[in-house]
Amino acid sequence: MSAVTAAKHVPETPGWMQLRRRLTHSGNAGLLLLLLVLCVGFSIALPGRFASISTLTAMLLQVPELGLLALAMLLPLISGGINLSIIASANMAALAMAWLLTSGVLPPNHAAFGIVAALLLGALLALLVGLVTGYLVATLNAHPILVTLGVMSVVNGACVLLTRGKPIGGFPDALLAIGSHTLLGVPLPFWIFSLASLLVGLYLSRTRYGVAVYMVGSNLEATRYSGIDTRWVLISVYTISTLLCWLAAILMMARFNSASADYAQSYLLVTVLAAVLGGVDPFGGFGEVSGLFLALLILQVISSGLNLLGVDPQLTQAVWGGTLIAVMAVRYVMTRGTVAKH
Amino acid sequence: MPSVVRQFLQRGPSAYLGALIVILALVFSTLESSFFSLSNMVDLVEGASVTAILAIGLLVVLVVGGIDISFAATASVAQYLAAYAATRLRLPMLAVLAINLGVGAALGLVNAWLIDRLRATSIIISISTMSLYFALLMYFSGGRYIYGFPSWLSDPVVLLEFGGAGGDGMVRITLPIAVMVGVALLTAFLLRRSALGRQLYAFGGNPEAAKRAGINVFFIQSFAYGYLGLLAGLAGLLQAHRVGESVPNAMGGGELFVLAAAVLGGASLSGGRGSVGGVMLGILLLAMLRNGLNLIGISPYFFQILLGLAILASASLSGVRAKGQRGLAA
Repeated sequence: MSAVTAAKHVPETPGWMQLRRRLTHSGNAGLLLLLLVLCVGFSIALPGRFASISTLTAMLLQVPELGLLALAMLLPLISGGINLSIIASANMAALAMAWLLTSGVLPPNHAAFGIVAALLLGALLALLVGLVTGYLVATLNAHPILVTLGVMSVVNGACVLLTRGKPIGGFPDALLAIGSHTLLGVPLPFWIFSLASLLVGLYLSRTRYGVAVYMVGSNLEATRYSGIDTRWVLISVYTISTLLCWLAAILMMARFNSASADYAQSYLLVTVLAAVLGGVDPFGGFGEVSGLFLALLILQVISSGLNLLGVDPQLTQAVWGGTLIAVMAVRYVMTRGTVAKH
Repeated sequence: MPSVVRQFLQRGPSAYLGALIVILALVFSTLESSFFSLSNMVDLVEGASVTAILAIGLLVVLVVGGIDISFAATASVAQYLAAYAATRLRLPMLAVLAINLGVGAALGLVNAWLIDRLRATSIIISISTMSLYFALLMYFSGGRYIYGFPSWLSDPVVLLEFGGAGGDGMVRITLPIAVMVGVALLTAFLLRRSALGRQLYAFGGNPEAAKRAGINVFFIQSFAYGYLGLLAGLAGLLQAHRVGESVPNAMGGGELFVLAAAVLGGASLSGGRGSVGGVMLGILLLAMLRNGLNLIGISPYFFQILLGLAILASASLSGVRAKGQRGLAA
C-alpha cells in the first residue's frame, strides 16, 4: 500500500478530504459522473423501463462474464504487458470441464463429485497454461503481445482440433443453477465477480507481489535491481489472469449450457477497452480495480440503454469505441500542462 | 547452443526462414509429389497475395514502433464502398480506385491523428477505431453482400500464361501477383533507398533521438498509418476482385495471421527493425505450411497450433539475437 500511495503523492490527511482527493486524483470521479449522467439520461429517455428491477437484474447478470475477463486483462496491463490468450484459455477450461461432465468417465450417481472433479480439472489446466504463459513472458525477452499471441494460437488450435469445432453441451442442473441462483436479490454470478474484484484489489494494494506488479509496470529493470524477483511477479500475474479466465468459463458454461472453442471471441478487445476506459495506463504501472469496475458498469449501462431504445446492437460496439476515444480526449485535455508523461 | 548455430541465428530472420522454407519444401514434395509443381507454387503465391500486401503495410507501421490492428476493418470499409460505387453508382474504374484508396488512406490517417493528439498507445487507438469502423460498416450495410460487379472489376486478368495446354500444368501470372510484387518493390525501395525510409527506421529505433534530430513526428506517423491504410484499401479491392463479391466482414479475423507473418519476417514490436524481404519470406513460409498440410491431408485446424508454435519460436529467437547483440556491444 505504502509504495502505491507514495507514488501518487497523496498526503496523509484524514477523513473525507483524503477520500475526495483520492477520487479526483485517480480519475474515478469523472467515470462516476459519466455513469450518473448515463443513468439519468436513459431513465428520462425510457420512463419506467430503464430504472426498473428487471433491467437492473439483467445488467447484473450480464456484467460478470466480461467483468472477470476484464480483470484477467487488468493485471497484465498494469504489469506493462497484455494477455491476448484470455478468451482461448477460458474456452479451453470450459471445454475441459464440459468434456469431463458429459463424457461418462465419472460415476453417474454422484453429480456433486462430478462437478467438483470437473472444476478441479479446469482449474488445473488454467494453472498450467498460466504458469507456462508467465514463464515465457518472464524469460523469453520478447514482447508479451507476441508471446500471448502464440499461446492463444496454440491453445485455441488445440481446442478446435480436439473438438472439431463443435460445442459440448448438456450439463447437470447443479452447475446451471450457478447462473440462475440469487442471493439477497443479486444474481450469484455478480457476487462471484464482486468477490473476485475485491480479492484482486486487495492483492494489488495490500500484498508484496501486488505492489511489485505496479513497479514492474513502471520500470522492469529498476524493479529487478531493487532486489525483487521480477520473474515470479510476472509469472504470478499471468497465472492469476488465467485462473480468472477459469472463473469466467464456469459462468459461461452456466449461462449457455454448452462450451465451444469459439465463444466470446468479441470480448477480447472489449476487455482492453474496458480497462483503458477505467484508467489503466496501457504503458503499464497505473490502474485500479475500482476504475475498471466503474468502466464495466458504464459499458453495460450504454449497452442495456441502447438495447431498450431499440438501437441496432452493431451500433453499441461503435458507441463503446467512441466513448473510449472521447474519455481519452477529455483526460488528455484535463492533464495537459500538468503532467509531462512519456 | 553450438557457436555455429548461434552465428547462423544471428544472421537474422532471412537466414533461418530461408532454411526452414527449403526444409519444408523438401518434406512436402517427398510426401506429395504435386506440391512442388510450378502451378501449385503459383497458386500458393496468388492465394497469399492479399495477405502479403497487408503484411507489407503493417511492416511500415511496425518499423516506426507502432501497431495497428484496424487494417482489416479499414480494408473492409474501403472494399465495400468501392464495390458500392462500382455497382450501384456505376462509376468508372478510375473513380472507384480513387474512392477505394482514398478511403483506406483517410481511415489510416484518422489513426495517426488520434495517436498524435491523444498521446495514446497505437494498440488502444486501433482497437477503438477497429470496433468503430467495423460496427459502422455492419450497421450501414446491414450485412448485405454486394455482387454483380462490372466486368473490369471481376474478370480475372491474366498477365502471363504458359505451360501445359489447358491442363493442370497451366501456369497463370494474374493481377494479384503482379500488384503484390509491385507493392513489395515500391515499399522496399521506399524503406531502403529513400530519405523518408531512413527517417522511418530512425524514428522507430529511438523516437526521442529522432525528435531531437529534427524529424517531424506527426508527419512520420501520418505517413506510416496512411500508407498502411492505402495498402489495406488496395488489398480489400484485390480480394473483392478475386472472389467477385463484397461481404462486409470478409476481411475480419485475419489480423493476427498478418501480424504473425510480419513478426516471423523479423519485424519487431518495439520498432526500428524489419524488411520487406523478411516479411515476404514469413508469408511464403506460412502459405507453404498451410498449403502443404492441406495437400498431405492433415487437418487444417492443426495449422493454427503450428502457427502459434512458430510465433513462440520466433519470439524466443529474437530474444536470443537481442542477447547476442547486447553481448557484442558490451
